[in-house]
Amino acid sequence: MPRIAVIRFPGSNCETETLRAIARAGGEPALLDYRDTDLQGAQGVILPGGFSYGDYLRSGAIARFAPVMGPLRALAESGAPVLGICNGFQILCEAHLLPGALLHNTQQRFTARPVDIRIERTDTACTGHYTRGQVIRVPLAHGEGRFVADEAPLDALETANPVALRYVTVRGRGLPANPNGATRDIAGICNPEGNVVGFMPHPERLADPVLGDDVGLGFFTALVERCRGAEVGA
Amino acid sequence: MTFRVHVRVIPRPGLLDPQGQAVEHALGSLGFGGVRDVRVGKAIELGIEAATPAEAEAAARRMCERLLANPVTEDFVVAVDA
Repeated sequence: MPRIAVIRFPGSNCETETLRAIARAGGEPALLDYRDTDLQGAQGVILPGGFSYGDYLRSGAIARFAPVMGPLRALAESGAPVLGICNGFQILCEAHLLPGALLHNTQQRFTARPVDIRIERTDTACTGHYTRGQVIRVPLAHGEGRFVADEAPLDALETANPVALRYVTVRGRGLPANPNGATRDIAGICNPEGNVVGFMPHPERLADPVLGDDVGLGFFTALVERCRGAEVGA
Repeated sequence: MTFRVHVRVIPRPGLLDPQGQAVEHALGSLGFGGVRDVRVGKAIELGIEAATPAEAEAAARRMCERLLANPVTEDFVVAVDA
């Protein structure tokens, strides 16, 4: 059973749901501490949502220097799956494992609501369980989710760093499709190899039928299977 | 000796700054006319042990590049008290 680590930083608050989602997806969840200096045999890592270090200075800016980030970088560079959700995405950007940055939402308010996102790529470490172009509705909750990048033109960014998820209009709700002003409606991106992925929505909060739906589970199932495939291949 | 170092971190030009826009709008509402291009950033003050002001400034610049500013979205200015 592939071992997937979830790293808890001071201020993380989504690690429990994320661990549960991994277990439901058939993986062996392992909770790691930000002070750990090895990943205890994990074949994949998820950085969960929350407010590491209180979002002081910039969200993710201090967490990126935590001791665990050294082995995490090595794992990412080996091609293993690394996923950052919300604050985890912010940390991966600050650590330059993903391009760009996440700034305060255009409306200057914390926004918590469902969003509809379109799966743009199915060849990343965690999107293979969906179909290309599929639109799913998942929860979203953040104050700093406006993706920006200094790469110009943005077409070059999208060529090098494929956009994994994009916000689309929420059907029948009259809400703006883009909840935070993100450049080109970008909800999530990946590195050129597709093994490091970050996104703002929270699929771990909709990964159990007891919550009304488990449409978010597919990200975790895909990630577990990617690790299992690597096991078989090894 | 210890030098007092002032770091200003400002959103890069061209980047949408919703805080700056909100402040500009509020100033207009209060009757302050002719205010343009308001940007809201951060001020960070540091006491830095160094031999010379130049050394303290260089240290602060390295801190900005590593942690205090995000080169993707922010510029910084460093000033050392005489």
